[in-house]
Amino acid sequence: MRAGTKILTPAEILGFVVLALLIFAVFPIALDIFRLNLVGKYLTYAFVAIGLVLCWGAGGILSLGQGVFFGLGGYCMAMFLKLEASTPEATAIQSTPGIPDFMDWNQLTALPIWWEPFNSFAFTLFAVVAVPTAFAFLIGLAMFKRRVGGVYFAIITQAFAAILTILIIGRQGYTGGVNGITDLRTLLGWDIRTDDAKYVLYFVNGVLLFVCLFAAMAIKKSKLGRLLIALRDQEDRVRFSGYDVANFKIFVFCVGAAMAAVGGAMFTLQVGFMSPSFVGIVPSIEMVIFCAVGGRHSILGAVYGALLVNWAKTTFSEAFPELWLFAMGALFISVVLLFPNGLAGLYATYVAPNVDTLINRLRPNSRAGTPKDIVAQGSPAE
Amino acid sequence: MFDGYTMSELGAIFAMQGFAGLILFSVFVLMALGLAIIFGQMGVINMAHGEFMILGAYVTYLCSTFFETYLPSIFGIYFFIAMILAFLASGALGMLVEWGLIRHLYRRPLDTLLATWGLSLILQQTYRSVFGAREVGVTIPNWMLGSLPLTDMIEVPINGLFVMALAVSIAAAVYVMIFRSKWGRQVRAVTQNRVMAGAVGINTERTDRLTFGIGCGVAGVAGAAFTMIGSTGPTAGQLYIVDTFLVVVFGGAASLLGTIASAFSISQAQSIMEFFLSGSMAKVLTLLVVVGILMLRPQGLFALKVRK
Repeated sequence: MRAGTKILTPAEILGFVVLALLIFAVFPIALDIFRLNLVGKYLTYAFVAIGLVLCWGAGGILSLGQGVFFGLGGYCMAMFLKLEASTPEATAIQSTPGIPDFMDWNQLTALPIWWEPFNSFAFTLFAVVAVPTAFAFLIGLAMFKRRVGGVYFAIITQAFAAILTILIIGRQGYTGGVNGITDLRTLLGWDIRTDDAKYVLYFVNGVLLFVCLFAAMAIKKSKLGRLLIALRDQEDRVRFSGYDVANFKIFVFCVGAAMAAVGGAMFTLQVGFMSPSFVGIVPSIEMVIFCAVGGRHSILGAVYGALLVNWAKTTFSEAFPELWLFAMGALFISVVLLFPNGLAGLYATYVAPNVDTLINRLRPNSRAGTPKDIVAQGSPAE
Repeated sequence: MFDGYTMSELGAIFAMQGFAGLILFSVFVLMALGLAIIFGQMGVINMAHGEFMILGAYVTYLCSTFFETYLPSIFGIYFFIAMILAFLASGALGMLVEWGLIRHLYRRPLDTLLATWGLSLILQQTYRSVFGAREVGVTIPNWMLGSLPLTDMIEVPINGLFVMALAVSIAAAVYVMIFRSKWGRQVRAVTQNRVMAGAVGINTERTDRLTFGIGCGVAGVAGAAFTMIGSTGPTAGQLYIVDTFLVVVFGGAASLLGTIASAFSISQAQSIMEFFLSGSMAKVLTLLVVVGILMLRPQGLFALKVRK
């Protein structure tokens, strides 16, 4: 692992360029808007996967509750959009016009007080990131300060995913229940259901994804990133060196939550609804598998993992709905038993040496020694 | 929330809900016992535990159908045979899984979690392909139907009593196996120090396989008991897995007594609150309280004092 170099290596720059070309050029040109919108949806999961690379791959904190943060971000956005769609004119047939339709169906006669702030777009943008991050901070503070980690942390975050799902489904009048918040139409008067809007949202999503990618890369390359790896491998030694381990864990967990929340908000915008089926235990564990397939130590791998697994899910479940769960199960087992480093591991073993050779051939005078020497030094061992 | 009830009514409600809680408690205990063996003793997180339970339930369903069709004369006792078969089926599958999957992952607990989750998906889809997506119910023998009236307002269903008796006897059996048998001594030795246990001549691999198998077998019996009070579907196991893990963690991972105490408190809290609040809010409150207590006391109610 080449941690410690502050600047990106040529291979890493190449990786970013290839991904940027893929997202901003190849997909928009090659795919029609329906498929592109699907890719956009897959990419929202990549936000979660990047956060998991930081938490799990670097920090060793496996959270099975990322769906909670994804969902909270998505719900904050959905609440704003729903309020905008529920003008008194549009909801004139309800017994109480001006409130979201599901509230009317559940005999609510006024907007609940905690829905009020979501009339403001600025507050919504703030809440999308702040609410999940604050929640993650509370969980992290309670758990890591008491040195709860590993398996226990995973189980408790999973319990939170269960709690939030039950709460959303149970409090139908306030949250839309099992159907979620549907029928979202406009964002500040701009219709998000048209093809043009979908193109714009796709590119906004792509740009935000790259912001997260660079942020994650910066964290991983910094001293903080090296500390995270150290505390993953030997937590006690880091503690004995005088660091407050809990603070680092809380920080990285919050970063992961914030990224998941941004993904959730973009998901709502692109897909047009939000429901508890993206919050619960099952989606939360699936998010971990995106990260694992991509390679739990690789930030770029997370994006490919999310794309590949979701693409496979769509294709398989359209063609052979019965085989899909078998394939998914087999994926879980094989990625753990056979490819613990995921796609990134395969890349490092089989492709990276060739890429290094290529880069060095293109820059013959870059460093001392022949290209072959450099290849020998840059071992693929991760 | 107590408005409009007289004292005697409240008493009866608490008694009836308390009894409903006891049935839930029995199911929790049966499921959690298997998990306490696997998670508490071996440190393996088996997310497919619910599916092992459902396997037991399906075995019971098959037995019920078989006895109804071919051996109606001894239908009354089919459940006991079904229970043994459920134990054997789940146990055998458990040992197979240990051999094929778990033994490669003893040093990576978080990876076990993901791999067994994959296993649970595969098992769920297998059940769906074989038995169909609809829930199936068993025919309960006549002697288990009906209820015993205790007072005018309180009556207890017999199948509930039976499940409770089953839970108590299985718990006793597991206690004897772990704390009074040679195998149990080996299991505890392997848990505490694998290398030393191997050095004094314990076959650690065989012990692990047997432990995992017995844990899964107990889950199968839990599934058999489960059919007496509810119907079985391919995804029923997943509904219980988080609850069960919380029960085990809340009780203190390595403590059987703790597991039973925590199953008792969680199930009672949930079922008594269920009467006064909606079912989902009762569940949310229960889970929140459990998670809250776990944050204050991460080692659970009854922590085993071990020098690390």
